[in-house]
Amino acid sequence: MSHSGTLEVSITRSFAGGFSLDVSFEIEAHPGTVLVVFGPSGSGKTTLLRCLGGLESIDRGLIRFGDAAWCDTEKDLLVRPQERNIGYVPQDYGLFPRLSVRRNIEYGIPRSGRRKGRAWVNQLISVLGLQELQEYLPRDISGGQRQRVALARALARKPGLLLLDEPLSALDAPTRASLRLELRRTLKELAVPAVLVTHDWEDTLTLGDHMILLSGGRILQSGAPLDILTRPENLVVASVVGVETITPGRRVRRERGIAELDVAGRTLWAADVDFSDDDVYVCIRAENVTLEVGSGTRSSARNHLPGAIASIAAAGPLVRVAVDVGFRIQALVSRQALEDLGLDLGSAVVVGIKATAIHLVPR
Amino acid sequence: MNWDAVFTSLKLASVTSLILLVLGLPLASWLAFSRWRWKFLFESVVALPLVLPPTVLGFYVLTAMGPRSPLGHWYAQLVGSPLPFTFEGLVVASVLYSLPFAVQPMAGSFAGVDRNLVEVSWTLGVSRLATFFRLILPSARNGVVTAFVLTFAHTLGEFGVVLMVGGNIEGVTRTVSIDIYDQVQQLNYETASRTSLALLIFSFMVLTLVYWLNRNSGLWPSPRRRV
Repeated sequence: MSHSGTLEVSITRSFAGGFSLDVSFEIEAHPGTVLVVFGPSGSGKTTLLRCLGGLESIDRGLIRFGDAAWCDTEKDLLVRPQERNIGYVPQDYGLFPRLSVRRNIEYGIPRSGRRKGRAWVNQLISVLGLQELQEYLPRDISGGQRQRVALARALARKPGLLLLDEPLSALDAPTRASLRLELRRTLKELAVPAVLVTHDWEDTLTLGDHMILLSGGRILQSGAPLDILTRPENLVVASVVGVETITPGRRVRRERGIAELDVAGRTLWAADVDFSDDDVYVCIRAENVTLEVGSGTRSSARNHLPGAIASIAAAGPLVRVAVDVGFRIQALVSRQALEDLGLDLGSAVVVGIKATAIHLVPR
Repeated sequence: MNWDAVFTSLKLASVTSLILLVLGLPLASWLAFSRWRWKFLFESVVALPLVLPPTVLGFYVLTAMGPRSPLGHWYAQLVGSPLPFTFEGLVVASVLYSLPFAVQPMAGSFAGVDRNLVEVSWTLGVSRLATFFRLILPSARNGVVTAFVLTFAHTLGEFGVVLMVGGNIEGVTRTVSIDIYDQVQQLNYETASRTSLALLIFSFMVLTLVYWLNRNSGLWPSPRRRV
């Protein structure tokens, strides 16, 4: 299965409550690429996805995918969801409760094509590890399994574009982490372009090839996920994104629940996370970073990295300090603390981080 | 018991229920899914027989069927005989009179089908009509059975409309409920009581079936219902 094309979107839609969606973007959707629409709840990301699926009408604008125009208000054109050749996975998966797993997956395949489609359905079932569950009803399988069934069903008609609405949010944290990697593997293996809506930056980092940051119905920034997450254009973007330091690193040793990391030549210790990939993103929230002056202070923090202050920016009553320690670490400290320590641009400081405050995400 | 009247009643109830099943499906699905702003007007019209005295409904139906109305005239020309005081006339009146009993349970159960599932079905390439038959109707089958059973029972118990439109013609338009009235008029209390008991037991059984079918969803909103 191989699909690609340009996804061109330029739409506006107003709602009675005062909310309006006004977005316009154009991306190359190659086989296996994932566009992440990232935003807080109420940002309009689900509405955008529903517009792509033809489930929500638009006031003005156009949507094109590859050669097909799906919607163009100027030409009075609106292609029904049935004719868009999409695979849609809604937030709670929307499995048909009375149909078995297998019949859920086969639902969209016309009766005449069932025989021909059987090989493909069997392949999907085995790729997603659903062989044992084929005769089960949705209520008798776990949340993670339901997600895989919904994905298989969406893929059964070999869609040109997958639309995934928060595919991982209904799962508990440990399941979410392992399913996230599995989802990435599946999307790459089956090589379907996808649009994925999420409010979770870990989803964005692990799954996204391209990212659109949505807030209040507008696109704040778009580009590569790592760029946006690590170098937000402005404070608004930074506050929406929420995590301040993300930097690529390598896990070189694992011992008693602690991982030894190599980040730009520096060594860091972090609480270990159970996944096999040693290429990781090292993620640190700015409020978990302390600034120390001189050596000799005794502290429970495992990491002490000497560096120099590269930038200072006000953030309300606090200040956001970027320290260059070979890579940049963001710290959020009070203005008073900065003055008491006598710190200014270029000052030498030691950055302290607890091992448990370093979060590892597979790369 | 007057078995002719029992037979007439059963025939009337069966024919009316079948017709309302066919008419009710599209009407109920339109009421359940349409977002037209004046829809409430139609909802009121459908519900009208619930509150209207049967004599009022019967009067209008009778007038509309009569040879002096265009509708009645046209029917008489087409078929060769007028509608009033025939079994067919009774069916028309019963269909109108039992309309809410068929449409409301169906519309309610259609509207209760998870919108998410319907949309997923569309994105899987399944047309709106096919989605109705493959997804909505099976999910709402209790509502449809309820509609059928309630229509049947309600038609069986009709009195006023039947008397207005059908008259009281033995073997043609004399139904069980009218027969009971006749028996009482003739002071045949024993026959009347036997027929009444039969109708009472039948109605109770029908309602038991309806509530049993709806035991999980509840026919009326109730506090024990959990989301």
